[in-house]
Amino acid sequence: MTAIAAPTTTWYLVLAAVLFGVGTVGVLIRRNPLIMLMCVELMLNAVNLTFVALSRKLDDIGGQTTVFFVLVVAAAEVVVGLGIIVAILRRKPNATADDLAELKG
Amino acid sequence: MQLVVFIVAGLMILGGAVGVITRSHPVHAALSLILTLFGVAVMYVAQEAHFLAAVQVIVYAGAIVVLFLFVIMLLGVDKAEDLQIEPFPLQRKTAALVGGGVIGLVVFAAISSRNNIGFVKPPQGDVVKAVDIVQHDSNLRRLARDLFTDHVLAFELTSVLLVIAVVGTVLLARRAPKASAESPT
Repeated sequence: MTAIAAPTTTWYLVLAAVLFGVGTVGVLIRRNPLIMLMCVELMLNAVNLTFVALSRKLDDIGGQTTVFFVLVVAAAEVVVGLGIIVAILRRKPNATADDLAELKG
Repeated sequence: MQLVVFIVAGLMILGGAVGVITRSHPVHAALSLILTLFGVAVMYVAQEAHFLAAVQVIVYAGAIVVLFLFVIMLLGVDKAEDLQIEPFPLQRKTAALVGGGVIGLVVFAAISSRNNIGFVKPPQGDVVKAVDIVQHDSNLRRLARDLFTDHVLAFELTSVLLVIAVVGTVLLARRAPKASAESPT
């Protein structure tokens, strides 16, 4: 195998896959709703990394446009998610995800 | 050189990601998240997506993580939680299995299709697309041209989405008015 000069697209895809997997595990094992939201951000970033890598590989700027929209939607998602968490934690201090199994306040 | 950048940024990303899910203190998790987001921004620069790198630092590391930290401080939940408690039996093992399965499947797909990526070429018809003319423009110019021509409707709709998000959050997070606060809920 020749000396590896530059990382190929596959390397970026593998890195993004590992990042997505770590985010998935985080959502599944953590019980603090704030940390779960952070792990969702990790997964979104993994997908963004994939989009940018393939955008460069295919020389198509559309992938970067998609990432731009994902960024906007992620910002809106975080704002609404944190609003919900603030509303929940104000009612039940130190609530974990397990305590929120019912919709009734 | 690119390989060094990739390895360093990759270690930043993965170290930060592992930090997010293993640190028991929410503030430490948020700081680890910043590390990951900066690593992703470095990756964007390495992939010649300069505008997205700037937006990544400003919006994610600047705004979103600050919002996280603000909520942590506001609610006073900046206490370390006990990570030894496993609420459901086998939860950790099942989560590791699921995560490992996701990683394995996607890595397998990426590696097995590594020679097919880029096989799909954009149609090379007689019509010269505007994108082809500006192929040598800067990243920002190409992105702006694509955003404000092909995706201008979606761009306008994001403003609607942001307004809805702001109004919804104000409704969710404000304290109930005095009159209804006294009535039993």
